[in-house]
Amino acid sequence: SSSTAATPSTLRAQDFQSIITHIWSKYQTHTPQRVKLIDTFLGFLLIVGVLQFAYCVLAGNFPFNAFLSGFGATVGQFVLTASLRIQTNPENKAEFEQISHERAFADFVFGSLILHFFCVNFIN
Amino acid sequence: MAVADSTSPVPGADFFLKGESGRNTRGLLRFLILLTIAAAAVAARLFSVIRFESIIHEFDPWFNFRATKYLVSNGFYKFWDWFDDRTWHPLGRVTGGTLYPGLMVTSGVIYHVLRFLTLPVDIRNICVLLAPGFSGLTAFASYLFTSEMSDSPSAGLLAAIFMGIAPGYISRSVAGSYDNEAIAIFLLVFTFYLWIKAVKVGSIMWAGLCALFYGYMVSAWGGYVFITNLLPLHAFVLILMGRFSPRLYVSYTTWYALGTLASMQIPFVGFLPVRSSDHMAALGIFGLIQLVAFAYYVRAQLPSKQFQTLLWASVFIVFGLAFGGLVLLTVSGTIAPWSGRFYSLWDTGYAKIHIPIIASVSEHQPTAWPAFFFDLNMLIWLFPAGVYMCFRTLKDEQVFVVIYAVLASYFAGVMVRLMLTLTPIVCVSAAIALSQILDTFLIASQPSEPAESKTNASVLPEALPATKAPLVGIYSYMAKSLITGFITTYLLLFVLHCTWVTSNAYSSPSVVLASRLPDGSQHIIDDYREAYYWLRQNTKQDAKVMSWWDYGYQIGGMADRPTLVDNNTWNNTHIATVGKAMSSREEVSYPIMKQHEVDYVLVVFGGLLGYSGDDINKFLWMVRIAEGIWPDEVKERDFFTARGEYRVDDEATPTMKNSLMYKMSYYNYNSLFPAGQATDRVRGARLPATGPELSTVEEAFTSENWIIRIYKVKDYDNLGRSHQEAVAFEKGNKRKKAGKRKGPRVLRVD
Repeated sequence: SSSTAATPSTLRAQDFQSIITHIWSKYQTHTPQRVKLIDTFLGFLLIVGVLQFAYCVLAGNFPFNAFLSGFGATVGQFVLTASLRIQTNPENKAEFEQISHERAFADFVFGSLILHFFCVNFIN
Repeated sequence: MAVADSTSPVPGADFFLKGESGRNTRGLLRFLILLTIAAAAVAARLFSVIRFESIIHEFDPWFNFRATKYLVSNGFYKFWDWFDDRTWHPLGRVTGGTLYPGLMVTSGVIYHVLRFLTLPVDIRNICVLLAPGFSGLTAFASYLFTSEMSDSPSAGLLAAIFMGIAPGYISRSVAGSYDNEAIAIFLLVFTFYLWIKAVKVGSIMWAGLCALFYGYMVSAWGGYVFITNLLPLHAFVLILMGRFSPRLYVSYTTWYALGTLASMQIPFVGFLPVRSSDHMAALGIFGLIQLVAFAYYVRAQLPSKQFQTLLWASVFIVFGLAFGGLVLLTVSGTIAPWSGRFYSLWDTGYAKIHIPIIASVSEHQPTAWPAFFFDLNMLIWLFPAGVYMCFRTLKDEQVFVVIYAVLASYFAGVMVRLMLTLTPIVCVSAAIALSQILDTFLIASQPSEPAESKTNASVLPEALPATKAPLVGIYSYMAKSLITGFITTYLLLFVLHCTWVTSNAYSSPSVVLASRLPDGSQHIIDDYREAYYWLRQNTKQDAKVMSWWDYGYQIGGMADRPTLVDNNTWNNTHIATVGKAMSSREEVSYPIMKQHEVDYVLVVFGGLLGYSGDDINKFLWMVRIAEGIWPDEVKERDFFTARGEYRVDDEATPTMKNSLMYKMSYYNYNSLFPAGQATDRVRGARLPATGPELSTVEEAFTSENWIIRIYKVKDYDNLGRSHQEAVAFEKGNKRKKAGKRKGPRVLRVD
């Protein structure tokens, strides 16, 4: 019975691999250059956030406000950028009828300015 | 209403009512109506200022007023770092880090703006009139909020007028009520408006503005936790309903990221948004919404149905794991559990058993049914109808109304004070319901009969009325005018009720007590200020005054003397110390008072006048709070007679008669009456023939109607005797066989 149980799981694993490659190739071909740029920035923010968190776990969180403002800045910037990506995605045009791409970018700048003001104020 | 009214069939009026100029006319009308509503909201709150004078009422506002004066005279940075050494006497209070600065900063800004405009207005008048001013803004905010909810042109205006004059909100925002709620309700409604706007449009700008106003709200009132939990709940319910949209992602994540950072700027809040359980719902939904958004994105890339289910399953597993982790962190203590004040909203018996100081406040009691009708009149029965209307057109924003209505109703039922957060949603839903009625019945032209109903009627036999297509619509002018007339009558009655309630119930300052003489003229009893000004003018600048915590802020504000405890009940033990000093024998109280450098003791006594809010009636709470800390020394049971009665007359227990509070309240009271006739008008009791005697304190001041009595704590006896011995010696009572008896003497230790 162990062999019969193993076959679906291996199938599943192959499935999974093929799906990943499928998504990746689709992403490579269908994503516009500008969105890829945004995605690179998102990946960078993710790495910075993970690094900060790892450092906090390793070295302790003594200036807790400094950790929070640094980490909050990366998280906040991540969600703002993700929001910008969502808003400028042509597939979501129906959802955001009132928001042009230029407007979305201006909003993004507005949100980022507020975010950085609060972070700089909180880091002391 | 007036907007709907204006569709009259007069041909000449068409120019003003149709097309481009019609929109202008409607805009003008709208503007005028809102202006009138704001004026009505302000005017309804001025009863107490016109009848009495422009002063701060109640207890808490006195501290806010004092802090505002400090801010105005010392500047913002000093206010931020203010260490107040005139409260909580031996300890002091780090005021900058223990208050919500929004209220003070707002009035400080208004003060400076008016100065800049060369209108030098006294800061007291700004503080007194801040709440009426902001109530006009609240009416406007609820107009905006309701206009987002309903397509009807009249809903927003109706909500504005309801919000402007509903007694449930007026009760906390009359002129002179300079409390946090004065600006907080405006911020609450406006934050909700911005949130709804953000969810509808899906724009970062609206969500960012929502976060900014949320930050302002955090700086103004502790009730911001309501918003912190309501918005995530809204998002969560939307996700569960399968209504997740990119708009929700944009608005929620932007609000959370910016709003949390904004709220952490307030020193009193500090790290709470990441450390306390009250805020964990927002964080959890933030995590969940990332997962859901990711799943949403991946799902769009995939054809496989099977994989989609797997994906959703994994989302729920991760969510479950995160939830479990949250529970684990709470249990292990990394995240602080619910604070007592919020916890007592869920477990309603909790405060009474564990934290008597929370239960002792009269605002923290459950609400009775009449209070709902008293505060909201006809809105309370239109409220469920409005919520039902929201169910019928269930869009994203209507879900919000439903959730808000359910939650706020529960909380208002648990605690009288939270009627304040219920009032906005009641006004909004009532306006939605009422505008629906008006839109149906107020249209003068008859609905045209649908064409297909005629064709159907010709095909089908006339004999069966049920087979006819039903004609939906109101055709009779009679019905229209009747219903409209009823609604108008109700609206007029509502205005009458609101004015009556505001005038009679909510416009009395607690600093001065008003009574009527037999001829109808007004008699003002002004004992509080008389006593506080006596303290201010006849005692040393740093004379410490001990009183029960209720009067702490007023003493600090009006008498300008340091106090031991005040209305900010952050240190329960210190309050219990005062409770113990008040409820113990003089021999026990005197060392306590000396240790805390008390110079004066102030008690409130209403026995002569029948003023029921006095210290003897609050005495049992002092005993209970003291008993919580020293169960061996203070026992509530000792203050009751053998039959379990709380009495002050001849049958009062010895513990009661010997307590400092009893002695100070009734000291010399007999001298006002013929022998043996002394009565206490509050308790309705005849007092013992011989009044209590005091040895360690002496009467310093008693106000005109004996409401406030101030005692000076005596210094140590010069000869080192105890005060009881000294008093006995002065009276000439000779100790029996003093020299001869060989008492149990002890060795002298040098």
